[in-house]
Amino acid sequence: MTEAVASGPPAANRWFADAVPVAVVVAVILLVWYAACIPMNAVVAQGRIDAAGGGLANTLAVSWALDRPVIPAPHQIVISFWNLVFAADPTTPKSLIYHAWVTLSSALFGFAMGVLLGVVLAIAIVHMKTLQKSLLPWIVASQTIPILAIAPMIIVVLGSVGIVGILPKSLISMYLCFFPVTIGMVKGLTSPEVMQLDLMRTYNASAAQTLWKLRLPASLPFLFTSLKVAVAIALVGSIVGELPTGAQAGLGARMLTGSYYGQTVQIWAALLMASLVAGALVWAIGAIEAGTNRMLGVRE
Amino acid sequence: MTTIVQDSKPTTAPLAGIPTPVIDAKGVTLTFSTGDGPVFALSDVNLAIADGEFVSLIGPSGCGKTTLLRAIADLEQPTAGSLTVNGLTPSEARLKQQYGYVFQAPALYPWRTVEKNVMLPLEIMGFSRAEQGERARKNLALVNLAGFEKKYPWQLSGGMQQRASIARALSFDPKLLLMDEPFGALDEIVRDSLNLQLLRLWRETGKTVVFVTHSIPEAVFLSTKIVVMSPRPGRIIDVIDCNFPRERGLEMRETPEFLAVAHRVREGLRAGHSYED
Repeated sequence: MTEAVASGPPAANRWFADAVPVAVVVAVILLVWYAACIPMNAVVAQGRIDAAGGGLANTLAVSWALDRPVIPAPHQIVISFWNLVFAADPTTPKSLIYHAWVTLSSALFGFAMGVLLGVVLAIAIVHMKTLQKSLLPWIVASQTIPILAIAPMIIVVLGSVGIVGILPKSLISMYLCFFPVTIGMVKGLTSPEVMQLDLMRTYNASAAQTLWKLRLPASLPFLFTSLKVAVAIALVGSIVGELPTGAQAGLGARMLTGSYYGQTVQIWAALLMASLVAGALVWAIGAIEAGTNRMLGVRE
Repeated sequence: MTTIVQDSKPTTAPLAGIPTPVIDAKGVTLTFSTGDGPVFALSDVNLAIADGEFVSLIGPSGCGKTTLLRAIADLEQPTAGSLTVNGLTPSEARLKQQYGYVFQAPALYPWRTVEKNVMLPLEIMGFSRAEQGERARKNLALVNLAGFEKKYPWQLSGGMQQRASIARALSFDPKLLLMDEPFGALDEIVRDSLNLQLLRLWRETGKTVVFVTHSIPEAVFLSTKIVVMSPRPGRIIDVIDCNFPRERGLEMRETPEFLAVAHRVREGLRAGHSYED
């Protein structure tokens, strides 16, 4: 009896309690969205509503089913998304999965390079005081340059020397995502207490041993926080990298062509895909973090 | 003022007949420069510690007892005077890994099991895998932590964590054990029990122990020699021999002999103005 009390409500109830607030927020957003479709789409829809005889029923029927709406209704996006994902051959440009993979592969490659660069920079900065003074201001300054301004330059300059394809986009991802990793890791590598560092000193441990056995394990929580930020902006970097080149494939290319031809549903479907991919990436980092924590016996 | 009582003449003969003391401090002075001007952490400290002794450094906060211990461990560098550890400079002694250091807090690495924490110095010093496991097991048994090898630090009580940190300091078998208020954060009941265990450990291993504390009963109960220190500047006020038998029980603390030594320690602290603020 006491055990039942201690273990709390049954799992199903708890799941339900967690789901209700989320469901309510989603419902409110959908309601506002559907309502907003009517005035927002009036420009293109009004003529047809009038032609159909006006009235609420006609207003809703027309506003929520336009071919090229200003704001598509949520179900239009979902249907389009469904068709593009499940009804198209994923190896052809008709499929959204194809485009998502183009963007994702470049983002992951850039992410890997950015994490490597970020960690190496952080280790160098922590071990050489002069680097902290000389390098860190440049690292911070690098992030004040709008990525939209230099992305075309990177693509064009690299393209002129024959480097095309995945690498230029990956470099933009790397440029964006090394920063949170460097900042987080500098903080993480310097997080051990004085006592823990003194202990290493009493053992006459080398800098490499102190790094490997103390600084790196201590920095892991900081690293994972940085990685979650970095992986999401790596994706943004790849999408941005697809915009200025007139790329034929990738989520960025889908958004761009969608805006050229007024295919708002296509833009929104690509947006939905991008956010799902970003969510999955952040979730994956979280899962790796949880696994690592279990391995290192971190208190839950 | 001649409040400094020097202990230049060896009052107790070194046990193993080794002529050079394990620790020999002559005129050790240590000054920290701070924004508010220099702080005299240690002023003309003279102290000799023989092999196998259990020496307590006692005094109020700021008397330099921890600074002296850290200077012996080469974690601070004296600004004047000479300090030798086993006839070597503190730096050489540290490079040769001749002492084990126990901090005020257990300072266990939370991502390592108790066993892996004890193995940490052994990994760094390049012991073989088999030797690491063997020594971890042996030293954890020595501090009564057999069976807790696979636990993580947070699964242990404060007293058990500090015992694990003592096992870690003993794992590579240094002749000298430096302990900086290791039981200061523990309650008195746990502290009593750990004091008894530490005494047993000291008897069984024959190590030289330098022990920083601010508890008079603890110092008298554990030590063969008590060094009374006083602040501003940090200096030695009195060195008291404490020649009780090495086999000691908690009940010893009620004997007149024990109280007499405790009284002398308190007098020393009073003479050094330790009770004034």
